[in-house]
Amino acid sequence: MTWRPALSRAAMLRHDPVRQTDLLIVPERIVVLNEEAAAIVGLCDGERTVADIVAELPEGAEADVVEFLDRVRAEGWLR
Amino acid sequence: MSAPWAMLAELTHACPLRCPYCSNPVELAARSSELSTGEWQRILAESAALGVVHAHLSGGEPLLRPDLAPIVAAAEGEGVYTQLVTSGVGLTERRLGELAEAGLRSVQLSVQSATGAESDRIAGVASFARKERAAAVVAASGLPFGLNVVLHRENLDAVGEIIELGLSWGVARIELANTQFYGWGLLNRTALLPTREQLARAEATVKNYREKTDVELIWVIPDYFDGVPKPCMGGWGAISITVAPDGRVLPCPAAYDLPLELPNARDHSIGWIWEHSPAFNAYRGTGWMREPCASCPRKELDFGGCRCQAYALTGDAGRTDPACGLSPDHHLLDELAGGGTWTFRRPAPSASGADRSAP
Repeated sequence: MTWRPALSRAAMLRHDPVRQTDLLIVPERIVVLNEEAAAIVGLCDGERTVADIVAELPEGAEADVVEFLDRVRAEGWLR
Repeated sequence: MSAPWAMLAELTHACPLRCPYCSNPVELAARSSELSTGEWQRILAESAALGVVHAHLSGGEPLLRPDLAPIVAAAEGEGVYTQLVTSGVGLTERRLGELAEAGLRSVQLSVQSATGAESDRIAGVASFARKERAAAVVAASGLPFGLNVVLHRENLDAVGEIIELGLSWGVARIELANTQFYGWGLLNRTALLPTREQLARAEATVKNYREKTDVELIWVIPDYFDGVPKPCMGGWGAISITVAPDGRVLPCPAAYDLPLELPNARDHSIGWIWEHSPAFNAYRGTGWMREPCASCPRKELDFGGCRCQAYALTGDAGRTDPACGLSPDHHLLDELAGGGTWTFRRPAPSASGADRSAP
């Protein structure tokens, strides 16, 4: 089955107006996302495939995006 | 000054368990002094505005607060991620459903050892069977599920069995936390203190399990033993705030006994407390340090260690943490030897309204 990345139940994505940044919050950790990472995670809605996500991002980023998504899934923050 | 990221909300000091390692203060806050629902809602809103994004809802046993769901909802409404830290006693399917509905994000369940007999002996009350039922309820809910075990002389040798128990309960994370000697834990330090050999064996067991399982195993080091102090709270007044059941606000959950005038959220905003209260500024940064900390290259890494431990061991919270090998007081730790009997904590603070469901 094609993977359609979505945030796992453990993870919450939110903007932090105090620190002007995006955060991924999990049970024992707060991950500060840079702009690129936040843009990718923001597209993980359970509808888009990895190819769909790549298509919405600037050209030439495919390898980095795929690696990033795999890494975040390995942490258990995406399903 | 940076903004705080996290809050430890001690919703009540009442607890059905009587664990002798409890880090609650020996002078437990009375139930009649507890903050109201509305006060917690205001504290959560002020904290979120200041920068808090993560709240551990703890105690005591937070399930003893009948208004836990509205408190969770208030945090969720402010965008604050909530984790319930519970003994599991009272965590029924219905209760957890109500909390999840309110926005609860994750659950951390405590257990005292690997078997019912041992867990109940350490908890001081029969509670293991209820923990087993709670574990099944959390696992079935699909909420992120962590197990927490405080380790000491009486259960370190069972660390492998404890990990097996967690795996069989379906947890995603096991926090193996060596006892921190504060509150009741300090009172019972002698009886809880492990041997170096016990620690080495347990650490080797944990290392083995790391190769066998994907479940995250967190080993919280016992800083009495390795000559390097722990970085107290990531720096005093740097990352986290603790709110006591009666509204006192602390830079660290162990700071109850320090000779500081603790600010109260009933009298001041969380913003004022964080930025201006004398208690939060007492050991902030590095300006307060004396030697050997003041010229130490590690001072921005460990912040001189733990103020509460320095005070508990030397009577002066401004001294270098004796856990540090460079501390002139380090010999105080070498002189400690473990063994003996312990004192169970009181089941609940003496005041009206305390829960009496414990046997």
